[in-house]
Amino acid sequence: MKLNPTKRLAVGLLAAALPLSLAACAKGGSSSAGGAGGELTMWTHNAGNKDELASITQIVNDYNKSQTKYKVKIQAFPQDSYNQSVVAAAASKKLPCILDIDGPNVPNWAWAGYLAPLEGMDATLSKFLPSVIGKYNGKTYSFGYYDVALVNVTRKSTLDKYGIRVPTIDQPWTKDEFTAALKKIKASGAFQNPLDIATSFTGEWWPYAYSPMLQSFGGDLINRTDYKSADGALNSDKAVEWAKWFRSLVTDGLAPLKSGADPAKDFVNGKTAILYNGTWTATDTRKAFGKDTLFLPPADLGNGPKIGGGSWQWGVSTNCADPKGAMDYMKFAAQDKYVASVSSATKNIPATDAAATQVPGYGPGGDNQVFRDYAKKYAVLRPITPGYPFIATEFTKTAQDILNGADPKGALDQAVKDIDANQKSNGYFK
Amino acid sequence: MILPAAVLLITFLLIPIGLTLGLAFTDARLISPRPAQFIGVDNFTRLFSDDTFWKSLRNTVLFAIVIVPVQSACALGLALLVNVKMRGVNFFRTIYFLPVVTSMVVVSMLWLFLYQKNGLINQVLAKGGITGPDWLGDPHTALIAIILMSAWQAMGFHMVIWLSGLQTISGDLYEAASLDGASQWQQFRYVTWPGLRQTRTFILITITIAAFSLFTQVNIMTQGGPLDSTSTVVLMAVRTGFQQQQTGYASAISLVFFVLVLIVTIIQRYYTREKA
Amino acid sequence: MTTLTPVAERTATENRPAVDTQFPVRRVLGLVLRIVLCLVFGLPLLFMIVASFKPDTQIFADLGGIRSFLPVGNLSLDNYIGVFNRVPFAQFMLNSVLISVVTVVLGVIVNSMAAFSLARIKFRGGSFVLGVILATLIVPFETLALPLLWWVNKLPFFGPGGYSQGWLDTYQVQIIPFIANAFSIFLFYQYFDSIPKELDEAATVDGAGWFRIYRSIVMPLSGPAVATVAILTFLPTWNQYLWPLMSVQSEELRPVMVGIDYFKQLNVSWGQIMAYASMITAPVLILFIAFQRAFINSIASSGVKG
Repeated sequence: MKLNPTKRLAVGLLAAALPLSLAACAKGGSSSAGGAGGELTMWTHNAGNKDELASITQIVNDYNKSQTKYKVKIQAFPQDSYNQSVVAAAASKKLPCILDIDGPNVPNWAWAGYLAPLEGMDATLSKFLPSVIGKYNGKTYSFGYYDVALVNVTRKSTLDKYGIRVPTIDQPWTKDEFTAALKKIKASGAFQNPLDIATSFTGEWWPYAYSPMLQSFGGDLINRTDYKSADGALNSDKAVEWAKWFRSLVTDGLAPLKSGADPAKDFVNGKTAILYNGTWTATDTRKAFGKDTLFLPPADLGNGPKIGGGSWQWGVSTNCADPKGAMDYMKFAAQDKYVASVSSATKNIPATDAAATQVPGYGPGGDNQVFRDYAKKYAVLRPITPGYPFIATEFTKTAQDILNGADPKGALDQAVKDIDANQKSNGYFK
Repeated sequence: MILPAAVLLITFLLIPIGLTLGLAFTDARLISPRPAQFIGVDNFTRLFSDDTFWKSLRNTVLFAIVIVPVQSACALGLALLVNVKMRGVNFFRTIYFLPVVTSMVVVSMLWLFLYQKNGLINQVLAKGGITGPDWLGDPHTALIAIILMSAWQAMGFHMVIWLSGLQTISGDLYEAASLDGASQWQQFRYVTWPGLRQTRTFILITITIAAFSLFTQVNIMTQGGPLDSTSTVVLMAVRTGFQQQQTGYASAISLVFFVLVLIVTIIQRYYTREKA
Repeated sequence: MTTLTPVAERTATENRPAVDTQFPVRRVLGLVLRIVLCLVFGLPLLFMIVASFKPDTQIFADLGGIRSFLPVGNLSLDNYIGVFNRVPFAQFMLNSVLISVVTVVLGVIVNSMAAFSLARIKFRGGSFVLGVILATLIVPFETLALPLLWWVNKLPFFGPGGYSQGWLDTYQVQIIPFIANAFSIFLFYQYFDSIPKELDEAATVDGAGWFRIYRSIVMPLSGPAVATVAILTFLPTWNQYLWPLMSVQSEELRPVMVGIDYFKQLNVSWGQIMAYASMITAPVLILFIAFQRAFINSIASSGVKG
């Protein structure tokens, strides 16, 4: 055996690999190690959302011009794989300095050690809606510019035509009223969908949109006393009732099993009588029907109307080489004018009262004032536990199965089993 | 000279296989402030009491049972069609092969569109007076839809392999057969079929392994829904290990899957071995 | 036992059954069948390419008619422009090309060397090593992906940038794990085995070492095997999806297949998806059309295993 050729070959291999790793280093081998040399990296989920990305870019540009010490650099990701990108980056210690987070994931990320608590912003953040602040174990980790409310969008003329009462914030529809209204609309045959709950949306939309219905029935995703088990919350009689009702929307022909790709468009085109959706649709639907458009509170399904609280928020990573700089940016970015500009761009509810006056429709007596009222009155935060991302994927799958005709009790029991196993295998996140 | 390959294979193949074995008995997570702990067979007891796992296993097996004969038979048909003296036969072969060089990601996106409720396929069916189902939205048809599309994509590949098998059969045998007055069917039955024995074994095993590894199509088209009707073992492993970060639990699923493939391969090898 | 006799180059050789000439009806039926199958396999791809030039409204309007497959109506490059606005397409393309080329080149070198030492040098335990290599062929990559992810995240790397820990989000994580490949080694092994051993002996007498025999005698004779391995390495590398999705987060390092995710957001534009899909399929299709024979032969030669 001669070893010589082997040695030569190993050298050759190394030589071949060299330009490659050079390229890797030149091109981003160190691209996202957060914040060296005054550069602060920022990640956002807005690769596919032009308007929101533009408003965030504006804040960054203003900040970079306002001082000479730091420079923030944005990187936008597609929303579909954003969370996974962050998880993988956290695993490889390559988190950026500043990043956005879907509100309910904040406890998980804080527990896993991705996020650093926000320092010295208490006074500023006390003016924000409570539902846009990400807290875990008594510390504040994130703030958001806006919250979203869920509403039933319809037209006054439609309700009048079928003799349906217009509900108010103090007197929302009861479950029976709501079902009767939908059946009336269906009997007329004038609409393809009496109700459209936007099942074509993916990701966090499912727990965000449909777990409030479960809570309105009196169920929940997990017992909130100690966050140890979902038993008796997600598979209680009330939860099973919710599941049966949820499925009946499809079997009674009141809502489509799978919505169109753009439910708001279907509503505007007259295919849908009542659209269950977020406040972001307000602008387009109003444009179509003007004063005839109604934004109704969600129905009271037994335990009062419920709306999911908390949307996308901003935080600082533990990975940041220059946490001072990151905090400096966060303080700068929390100004009311930016709360206003981002809320305007996303058409959502501004997080502060001062910003509300600067956003069209959210001033006192404005058309959108009602959204803030709903959010304040009905908002329920998603469970504040590091197990939430898991609970979300479980609930999504279960809700999809139920809608497709799975046995309600069986599906909910299985979800409880999975969620409990996950909470337990993490030592209850103590 | 075997050193570089050996180092690479050990690092990226044998060690991960060993890790799958080891991690399956721990509660390791991709990231966690808590170190991984040995938990014995907890992952397996949890897995075997999970309905989704049994459904995934059933779908995986069903997919394999259907696609193995269908795809290999159709591919053989194609191979026989292009294994003749005829003008333009190369053109046909090229067209049949096109889906093979198209990536599964692209093919899945394309068929996702074709399969829509009012998509191209149903519109074509409607022309023939048939009301097509909501292919991917109905638990009864979703798996069938994925089977059809997967067979469509891979058929050309196995056509070529059959073809190479066909061409190892000596022409003299056919000549002798036709001199004896054998019909085309008899020629196929007594000359072609026995001559393809080795090729058959290979095709059987490759299609089976590929069928068991079903993932990309499902991930893009249905994410395992509706009602777990298209969930597969690999999809479940990826979901638990990557999205839910439960490395330990996912390793347990991988291990079960690996043992399964091993058993099936051994059985197939046994039944297709040289009959001495 | 396989020989790499090119399938594509055998035109009407004597070993094909002649088509029945007595029944013109059957011939016509056969031709019709072949053409129908052509439509089945060709039309979806044709649809993809045609749709990429149409606005969304027209794609839907044309459905269910022959117009779906014809470049008629309101054609434009809008979808393509949209794609370039939405994703850093050139960067994705460059990454995929770089990753594929490097993987193929290193794969050919490393695997042929391993096969050479197994097939020609015949050291002790060689057959055991070969057995282990063949046994790993039944391990689907998907089962290893998750432990591998966990594992590469712990590996050190010594590059010109110095020492770094963890391979996630790099080029090498998309290349190095896929260089050594059991199947490629097997293909080379089979081919090298069929080259007469007398050549080695003659060269040894002339004082050539193993490496020279490999480089100057065996490799130059193994063109078809190199082509086969190159093609069979290139296709899956170009089409990788799951692994880069998990292991790479930086936009500037992502390959083309992962880019599809950018189009699955709200307001899906099918026209843009078709444009993107056409663009990432084009390089492979062009290579395939140009090197048809090599492609088909390489697949064919992979098929006959002892």
